[in-house]
Amino acid sequence: MGGKKIGILAIHGDVAEHAAVLRKLKIEPIEIRAAEDFEKIEGLIIPGGESTTIYDLAKTYGLISPLRKFITTPRKNLPTTCSESCRTANHQLPTIFGTCAGLILLVKFGLLNVEIERNAYGRQLDSFEVNLNVPILGSRKFPGVFIRAPKILRVGKGVETLAEFEGTPIFIRQRNIFAASFHPELVNDIRIHKFIFGLKSPR
Amino acid sequence: MPKKKTATPRLKKGLSQMLKGGVIMDVVNAEQARIAEKAGSVSVMALERVPSDIRKDGGVARMSDPKMIREIQKAVSIPVMAKVRIGHFVEAQILEALEVDYIDESEVLTPADEKFHVDKSKFKIPFVCGATYLGEALRRIAEGAAMIRTKGEAGTGNVVEAVKHIRTINEEIASLRKMREAGLKKYAATEHVPLDLVKKVRKLGRLPVVNFAAGGIATPADAALLMQLGCDGVFVGSGIFKSKHPEKMARAIVEATMNFRDAKILAKVSEGLGEAMRGLEIATLETKLAGRGW
Repeated sequence: MGGKKIGILAIHGDVAEHAAVLRKLKIEPIEIRAAEDFEKIEGLIIPGGESTTIYDLAKTYGLISPLRKFITTPRKNLPTTCSESCRTANHQLPTIFGTCAGLILLVKFGLLNVEIERNAYGRQLDSFEVNLNVPILGSRKFPGVFIRAPKILRVGKGVETLAEFEGTPIFIRQRNIFAASFHPELVNDIRIHKFIFGLKSPR
Repeated sequence: MPKKKTATPRLKKGLSQMLKGGVIMDVVNAEQARIAEKAGSVSVMALERVPSDIRKDGGVARMSDPKMIREIQKAVSIPVMAKVRIGHFVEAQILEALEVDYIDESEVLTPADEKFHVDKSKFKIPFVCGATYLGEALRRIAEGAAMIRTKGEAGTGNVVEAVKHIRTINEEIASLRKMREAGLKKYAATEHVPLDLVKKVRKLGRLPVVNFAAGGIATPADAALLMQLGCDGVFVGSGIFKSKHPEKMARAIVEATMNFRDAKILAKVSEGLGEAMRGLEIATLETKLAGRGW
């Protein structure tokens, strides 16, 4: 491992899938279940799962305020391994990535200035796959997997839309925080994780 | 405009991947569903009678009343699953029309077909199926199941069969990993499963779909035991609402599943739960549900 450690909030959900992508990028995944775990990491992933369950257990185990503190506190010794694109916009804040439920939770924690609707695309029957145009990744499409996905209804000030589908933002960034309503961890294409956490620019 | 694809194997499997590390609880009405959701359940299984009552009452157990399923769907925002009898593809069509999120082709209900399980690949809704050993799990996956669970022995509050089933699957996967081509071919032929699937399991060192524990889980320690044995999550049937304090028991099992390796937390959540459901000795059972299906 290259020494870089990224945490994955491991209350439940597809933690192992995110961990597998990080390992492909030579990054060590650290499972986060307790407040002191935040001291070991330089960035954080909030995975897919059931947002109500994750929120509730995060509350019980006293994780919400350490998590918010971790996300909003600048760090002097932030690793130089962070991709150039994210480091410059980062203001020395750790890099965060939420997928699906992770997006919902970042909004619930008051860290993302967007309005969302849960399960807005419908039930499991309406879950879908579609090839996405993600400009920051170049012209090759990215396989989007949407499972009982939340919908981003509005983005507020300071939020940049990195990709959209049918006129709706599906991949956004607010300073150091990235969030997607789909699941890049479920496909073999690792470009999104690489863009966010990788050693160099993915292009 | 890019083309949207629905009901792909990846989407069917994907939903169960989102449930990993979580607890799925049997509920018989909207009120129980709300209690389960509040306790941190990641999904609920809607059914008319929990397995221990099916055992007690006898008679033919069938798919639940669609009205009850709809009420539960309205009551919670987490995914709702429901059961069909083994081989009863029309019950499955009805559940698909209700747009449940997952269908459990379950031995807990009275089987409808002695020869065929449902051809699950024909459905848009993903299926979970029970298994007692690897060959059975692979036959279900070959039929299109997107998730597997141990059968255990439902409605007994006795975890011994679920433990046997996950241990059996683990041992069989370990022995597959030592096999060469000829051995794998022979295994595939004996078990009537596709060779490709056998090779995939050999390569992965685990089932290619999410594998939950089910059948007989009654305490937080039971849930953590099955998690430590390698299950991806836990179904709890009668164990919640047949215990003395369902809310407390539900929450304790959820927290135990999250922290299954942390004995201190397990000790804490196991405290003062009151009586767990009354268990049954497997040897005294008149009907063994795990023997249903093949």
